[in-house]
Amino acid sequence: MVQFTLPKNSKIRVGKTWPKPDGKNVRKFKIYRWNPDDGENPRVDTYFLDMDKCGPMILDALIKIKNEVDPTLTFRRSCREGICGSCAMNIDGINTLACIYGLDEVKDDVKIYPLPHMPVVKDLIPDLTLFYAQHASIMPWLETKTNEPAREWQQSIGDRKKLDGLYECVMCACCSTSCPSYWWNSDRYLGPAALLHAYRWIIDSRDEATGERLDDLEDPFKLYRCHTIMNCAKTCPKGLNPAKAIAEIKKMMVERVV
Amino acid sequence: MRYITDRKRANPKGAAHTGTEHHWFMMVSSVALAFLIPAFVIAFGRALGGSHEEVLAFFARPFIAILTGLTLVASMRHFAKGATTMIEDYAQGTTRKALIIGAISLSWAVTATGLFALAKIAL
Repeated sequence: MVQFTLPKNSKIRVGKTWPKPDGKNVRKFKIYRWNPDDGENPRVDTYFLDMDKCGPMILDALIKIKNEVDPTLTFRRSCREGICGSCAMNIDGINTLACIYGLDEVKDDVKIYPLPHMPVVKDLIPDLTLFYAQHASIMPWLETKTNEPAREWQQSIGDRKKLDGLYECVMCACCSTSCPSYWWNSDRYLGPAALLHAYRWIIDSRDEATGERLDDLEDPFKLYRCHTIMNCAKTCPKGLNPAKAIAEIKKMMVERVV
Repeated sequence: MRYITDRKRANPKGAAHTGTEHHWFMMVSSVALAFLIPAFVIAFGRALGGSHEEVLAFFARPFIAILTGLTLVASMRHFAKGATTMIEDYAQGTTRKALIIGAISLSWAVTATGLFALAKIAL
């Protein structure tokens, strides 16, 4: 549901300012903090890092803060090369992956928040339970009715090429959490990530459930809540275009009736 | 506290199996309005500055009357469907239903009033 103001217990207050290290190349980090156990409102803590002793990426800075300044800072991370999608967060107003976003891409102070409009588990960790359930609901697997071939399901080079720009999605949720339609109606709209994955299976030449997949998406909210705002394509850290995938699904829907 | 699974929460009532008709209508009416609105604005501009009798005579011409009628109907149908989508975006529950009823009623009221006025002038 649309919300223009934060609830009372979600209003962000000024947090702690951590000690500033010596050095000429010191940078300020403002990081969202919230602990469900202390019953307090969220706050924004200020940290300082000497950039001469820090790696080049945002994730390097976060790991340095956690290791050397404040071990209570909580965030997800794993692969450090943009493959796992774990470290998705809002950096300087943009949803992206901390591991592939350079510190040099941010001017002034580095402001880091969790992905917007999602329940927060702790600090920079959003609750992605519904997001993953929506992904599961589009049946992200090959559905076939024909008896399984002796060797493998074959696919031409041309048909395989149709999956490019779709299969690379790492489910980081940057796109869905940047979409105003998803903010206001995430309970009914599947969001750009799930729809991109839906199209990935609809367009797969080996899949035999195209009709059923389209039937499941034919809904004013599940699919048609996309208003081509394009935030998803703008923010995708992998350079994918979920809005185009959604438009292709809509075209297929129209082709079924016109 | 509701003990429902995440999958149930993600797909509570299934698909409505509707929406494409609405999408296609909006595309068709958008294309129609892309031609109708500029034509109507040009026609309306030509009537501007004339006396009451001249304006009445202008809108009594068959082409202008049909153009005005088509613009009115197409734009109000487009408005009703577009406003419904917008209301669905931002309002919930009973407020949503009441606002949708209001928008559709308003569009029909404007259409009826406009067509009545046009009929009175042109016929």
